[in-house]
Amino acid sequence: MKTRGKGRSLNLKAALFNRPEKPYLHPYLGGALLGVVLFLAFFLTGNGLGASGGLNRLIVFVQDQVAPEHVDRNAYLLKMAGGDKNPLDDWIIPMVFGTLAGGFVSGWRHGRLKIATHKGPGISVRTRWLMAFVGGAIMGYGARMARGCTSGQALSGGAVLSVGSWAFMFAVFGGAYLLAYFVRKLWN
Amino acid sequence: MPFPLPLETLLGKPLMYLIFGIIGFAFGSVLEMSGFAISTKLAAQFYFKEMTVLKVMFTAIVVAMVLIFTSVGLGLLDFNQVWVNPTYLWSGILGGFIMGIGFIIGGFCPGTSLVSAVTGKLDGLFFVLGGLTGIFLFGETVGFYEEFWNSGNYGRLTIMDWLKLPNGVVVTLVVFMALFMFWGSEQLERIFGKRNLKAEPRLRLAGAGLLALGAIAVIFIGQPDTAEKWALFAPVKEPALQERQVQIHPGELLAAMANDRLNLVMLDVRSEADYNLFHIRGARHLPLEQVKAAVPKLLLEPAQNTVYVVMSNDEVAATEAWKILVAESVPNVYILEGGINNWLKVFAVEEPEIAPTPTPPGPERLAYTFPAALGARYDAADPSPHEWNLEYTPKIKLQVKRDKSGGGCG
Repeated sequence: MKTRGKGRSLNLKAALFNRPEKPYLHPYLGGALLGVVLFLAFFLTGNGLGASGGLNRLIVFVQDQVAPEHVDRNAYLLKMAGGDKNPLDDWIIPMVFGTLAGGFVSGWRHGRLKIATHKGPGISVRTRWLMAFVGGAIMGYGARMARGCTSGQALSGGAVLSVGSWAFMFAVFGGAYLLAYFVRKLWN
Repeated sequence: MPFPLPLETLLGKPLMYLIFGIIGFAFGSVLEMSGFAISTKLAAQFYFKEMTVLKVMFTAIVVAMVLIFTSVGLGLLDFNQVWVNPTYLWSGILGGFIMGIGFIIGGFCPGTSLVSAVTGKLDGLFFVLGGLTGIFLFGETVGFYEEFWNSGNYGRLTIMDWLKLPNGVVVTLVVFMALFMFWGSEQLERIFGKRNLKAEPRLRLAGAGLLALGAIAVIFIGQPDTAEKWALFAPVKEPALQERQVQIHPGELLAAMANDRLNLVMLDVRSEADYNLFHIRGARHLPLEQVKAAVPKLLLEPAQNTVYVVMSNDEVAATEAWKILVAESVPNVYILEGGINNWLKVFAVEEPEIAPTPTPPGPERLAYTFPAALGARYDAADPSPHEWNLEYTPKIKLQVKRDKSGGGCG
């Protein structure tokens, strides 16, 4: 019985993680598919794609549970969670959970579910984790300042030709290229 | 009716959210299939070794753009109902710059980090946790520099509005710029990433040609004008006009003026001379020929509780203005029943200096004479809602539109 139980859990692990790994799409093909998804989002709903806005609402939801008075005193948070407003009652929330599910299923089907840390050869795993956290925090802060991230501003605003989104996009690439040389040890 | 359809009214919230969930699912899958769960693949972009990020992003943008503006040109998609990220120039540029720095340090952007974390990448997971922290810190600190955060606000501003060029021309220029960038990226990959371009699929050239043709087609399709847009809405909206569901009694307008919960926008489409003689207090002067040009500004009013009332001396010009606004998808537009003449008939009874003309005037003429051009300084321009007890059938129904406040990224 014991061995069978173990065998079963091994099977589950194998079914999830040990599928044959398949190659990625060619960038232009991936881009074209992403473009069709983006078009359908606009065509069917009038909204584009998004990610950081959903994370924002999750945070505000927690804040509203822990300290509702604090939320009521903050104009920015109030827009999402003031009074009886539920910050999770917004289209971006199902979209974020859909994105997570889509990424997981695609990773599983293509044999790319792997517990791993990707980093440049010159740094330790711990340094990579720290840098991922710090970079994430900087990115999260900047994304909210810019009212959207790569998905919500660059992709969505870019496709409908918003002036601000194009200015934003060049600023993102500008910032990254400007600093790339100084942090080359992280990646090369 | 053109797309996007009012999903919430048609399907209800759960099904609408299911559609958003399916779109998110497709989004996450495509990100994963393009290799965006791998930080080293993303960061390689900034050392010119592998330009996957730029190729995927710009291909997606131009493909979506060509499809969107083709649909708009064919009248299938109503561009006024498509969310266009408002331009806040300075906070957008600084925020973008900060994001770029976070990108090269952390190796992801928010969307890709979600896919990375969920496929088991620990650096992706740490990035998501960092991202949540950064978002939290922003919410707590934006209050200190709110003025900057809202600076450079140009509202809904597209490149077409900015350069005063037709959609098709801008779409074509952007496609050719993207194709040039793809060519440049491949050269960089050849030099820095030692990539053999001969091994790249030839099909990509066909794709480039297809995009260019699509973009040029947008120029030839052109844009539907207001009359063509009205033709799309007419089957639904013409009956409302005929059955007088959108002509509101002066008493209802007075009640709306006193209702703080409504954002009432009154648009007076008469000549300047008539407007100067007399107008309702708070009404904006917007001559009929300028109505179309004012639409982008009107669409910036909060979608949830704004009611527009157009008025002329009778109803002829106001109905024309109403059709333009409806065709351009301005929500909740009504006509003042009987126009200013009817308003005066109701509210000017106690003002002897406002006298009816001896003979009935022609269409769109004032039926009253005024001793002086006092504009809104007559009593009848601002009647007290408490003194008038009028009977009317209320017709204003707020049609709550798709909530635009959350568009784009939140």
